[in-house]
Amino acid sequence: MKRLVGAAVPVTAALVAFFFGAIMLLAIGASPWEGLKAMVDGAFGGGDNLARTAVRATPLILVGAGITVAFRTSVVNIGGEGQIVAGALLTTVTALALPDLPAAIMLPIVLLAGIVGGAIAGAIPGALKAYASVNEILSTIMLNLVMVQLMNYLLRGPLIDPAEVASGTRNPQTERLPDGASLPILVPGTRLHLGVPIAIVAAIAVYILLWRTPLGFRLRAVGHSPDAARAAGINVKRNVTNALTIAGSLGGLAGAILVLGSEGQRMQTDGSLAGFTGSAGFNGIVAALFGGLHPIWTIPSSFLFGGLLTGATQLQRSLQVPSALAIALNGIVVVFVVSSDRVRSRLDTMMAARAEMNDSGGES
Amino acid sequence: MSDFFTASILVATIASGIRLATPYLFASLGETIGQKSGVLNLGVDGVMLLSAFFGYWTVLERDNLWLAVAVSLVVGLVMGLIYATITVFFHATQGISGIGIFLFGLGFSELMFRRQVGTPLPVDKLPKIEIPLLADIPWLGEALFQHNPLTYAAFLAVPVVVFMLNKTTFGMNVRAVGENPQAADSLGVSVARTRFIAIVIGNTFAGLAGAALVLELGIFQQNLTNGLGFIAVALVYFGAWRPVGVMTGSLLYGLVAATVLQWKAQGIIPRGASDIASMAPAVLTILALILLANRVPAPAALTRPFARH
Amino acid sequence: MNTKHLKRMLAMLFAFTLMAAACGGSDDASSEADEATEESSETGGDESGALSMAIVAPSASEDLAFTQSMIESIEALERDVELQVTDGTFVVEDAAAAIRGYAEEGVEVIVAHGTQFGASLAEIAPEFPETTFIWGTSTDTQGLPNVFAYYPAADQGGYVNGVLAAGVSESGSIGVIGPVEAGDAVAYVNGFAAGAEANGATVNIAYTGSFSDVALMAEAAQAFLANGNDVLTGSSQAVVGAVGVSREAGIPWFGTQANQSSLDPAGVVASQVYHWEVVLEEMLALRDGGTLGGEAYEINLANGGLVIEINPDYPGAADLQATVDETVAAIVDGSITTGG
Repeated sequence: MKRLVGAAVPVTAALVAFFFGAIMLLAIGASPWEGLKAMVDGAFGGGDNLARTAVRATPLILVGAGITVAFRTSVVNIGGEGQIVAGALLTTVTALALPDLPAAIMLPIVLLAGIVGGAIAGAIPGALKAYASVNEILSTIMLNLVMVQLMNYLLRGPLIDPAEVASGTRNPQTERLPDGASLPILVPGTRLHLGVPIAIVAAIAVYILLWRTPLGFRLRAVGHSPDAARAAGINVKRNVTNALTIAGSLGGLAGAILVLGSEGQRMQTDGSLAGFTGSAGFNGIVAALFGGLHPIWTIPSSFLFGGLLTGATQLQRSLQVPSALAIALNGIVVVFVVSSDRVRSRLDTMMAARAEMNDSGGES
Repeated sequence: MSDFFTASILVATIASGIRLATPYLFASLGETIGQKSGVLNLGVDGVMLLSAFFGYWTVLERDNLWLAVAVSLVVGLVMGLIYATITVFFHATQGISGIGIFLFGLGFSELMFRRQVGTPLPVDKLPKIEIPLLADIPWLGEALFQHNPLTYAAFLAVPVVVFMLNKTTFGMNVRAVGENPQAADSLGVSVARTRFIAIVIGNTFAGLAGAALVLELGIFQQNLTNGLGFIAVALVYFGAWRPVGVMTGSLLYGLVAATVLQWKAQGIIPRGASDIASMAPAVLTILALILLANRVPAPAALTRPFARH
Repeated sequence: MNTKHLKRMLAMLFAFTLMAAACGGSDDASSEADEATEESSETGGDESGALSMAIVAPSASEDLAFTQSMIESIEALERDVELQVTDGTFVVEDAAAAIRGYAEEGVEVIVAHGTQFGASLAEIAPEFPETTFIWGTSTDTQGLPNVFAYYPAADQGGYVNGVLAAGVSESGSIGVIGPVEAGDAVAYVNGFAAGAEANGATVNIAYTGSFSDVALMAEAAQAFLANGNDVLTGSSQAVVGAVGVSREAGIPWFGTQANQSSLDPAGVVASQVYHWEVVLEEMLALRDGGTLGGEAYEINLANGGLVIEINPDYPGAADLQATVDETVAAIVDGSITTGG
């Protein structure tokens, strides 16, 4: 029963996406049928496309799971973009500094570096909010702006591929990372790499953290009512910092996977945040919402949005429709779903029910 | 290499900072009104992109700058009606629905631009208007009184918004529903109507911000705002929901950015440090907020939908 | 014509209102907009044996810069080409997906128009040994047998622009604006500075730190004006904001990558234009002979791939051609080195 309610949101979203996608295709003079066919085929047609969708969904799952933690603690996190970049940068620096170790040793180290990088980028606005009363919306937005410049500085300067300097092209990218730092491909002939299961495991871990550990209980207590939490002896400031640190570390892991799973095996940018992240920091928020701010449901919802994004590439290729259509479509779907009173109230019922259910079992 | 502290350079930098601050000011003033009523709008950037595009397209097709301002304003108004409807009547989660508006604006403005215009052709900009007498004041006149009409309008809007929020019945209602909607409701204030109007006004300001941006540049391209609307939201927190504070934040942001550019142009900032220097406006905004210790609490009912029980 | 546009504009405005209102009601929007159909449906002419080509590019086709230069070059090819375009793909993984998609579709020649696509291409090209990939800007093919590389000697045209700029500048100070110091923008800027400085001008360079912040770009131009620079140039598609400032101030502008005269018909003095077709023809000729790749090509002043196009509407344009011819000749015969 609860499962069905949970599934209703992504299903409605998909239907709405098709409906408005068709209208927009018509509006710009393309055949909606051909367009939708191209999108569905591009997203889910064949193993290669499915793998691409999964890879595209990976950062959304991680950022989305982090958003869940933040929002459940009543903290807003708009810093996903910056946190992804922070994680990617620390992963890159670490991988370049290490000798070519076997993957079994190398991968845990560089993934952890990404987590740490993102955690730092999350802890800063967290601590600023907790201990200096700086609103986290302000600080996460500003930190995104700082991170894009840091990325450009590092990739054009200290970290630039020496070959790029030698050839004079000076493309802002690092040299190829050691082979041990590359995420192994799981299905030969596709892009499906180890990052996908890592993200799914991380989302499950977030679920366990939130509902099966004392820390998770404290986070949700703060989110429910800071005053009541304080009265119950919970350190609100520390838990606010914790929430953003956890959210940031998941974003950082997404950044690490973006680098280690990239075709070029390196970090590169076009000078903008979106050029590296593919806007996963924002799309992850959207994915988390469709998952009803629940880490497990964030997984299928991320696959849906990953599919929308890969489908858009196909749409542009076969019908010459700018992929901006998919971004607009994302927006319409979000607006529709959050404003759908029925869906919202079902979402609330579901959350309340689950909260009650789990609270009784999760306290310690 | 000339000196930064010559009067003429200083004047140019201040004028540049004021130009850069104008769209921030419009957008953050609008956001202030909305947040005062208890509604967060993260969609400012999307609204600005839409209004900027339609304003640009109007100039391109009709060659009429004032019609363009009007079109931008109407686009802001329409987006305001939509956002007000979904937040007030459908009780949508505000932070998230704002992201939805942002994504829609980002995607749709690019789609329209690519389909209907394509090449970023330059169009006429709003003319600079010299305020008689004031513009003739040495240095100061050039820095402050030789701007386009929308820049003046943005700064004149500050006292107007102050007056509206503090001295009018509507303003009292806005603050009441933002602090304690239950109490306001029991006193006979319509929470829904007050918030609805506040949101529409706020988004209309975002529309003007889009117009100010595009008609100062005379050009449109994909993602023209480059996150400007998000910075405007951040500046509302910086300004602690006070129009004057928001203006201070906008000016700080604009002037720091202008100064950094000026120093780059003069070679004071070495090219290797160019990226690091570009962080200055964001870093200084956070630092200023920490140091000023401006501990003003947010409107108590911010982001909380209101439903009568 | 104007009223028709206005009508469509209003219809669009109305349409987007309806759509975002999320309340159904779609009929009006779709019927009004049907007339916009013509453009997109011109594929499907392979019966004539036309060469199938595709281009994947990071910026828009009509960017008056990098991507437009390649599209126009392909259109200028002598042979019959059926071209498919995926533009605006600044996310590398999206571009990689598009490149792979075209290859799977059986497109014969795929242009990966962005240095940043190189790392992906190194993975994709070996999987499609029958397909020719054309990749740039790059000075080498990464040792791949089915990849041709292309690179502009942008410093050469930059040098000529610099010489012209020093000539038209009265103050002797010239401003150069860029987004981020990377790519062939650097070569252009270095060449420009060398040319201008060799002729007695001072060159000031500023990078705004953002590709998409047009407002910042415009204010950088203003900052240069305040400091007495009376000629401006810049690289990348984001310079449109800066051209707007130079246009308003009535000062000369020098363009690069594509002919930018349309941005400011009275103020653009000259543009360095990339004519990739010169090297594309050579690559395709090799391909006809069975060589699918393996060579890197440079466009430069000598082979006609770089052309300095003087804007005929610029006052005094006629006097500049002699300077251009002289400088070009000197660069071609090696008596001037451009410092690239």
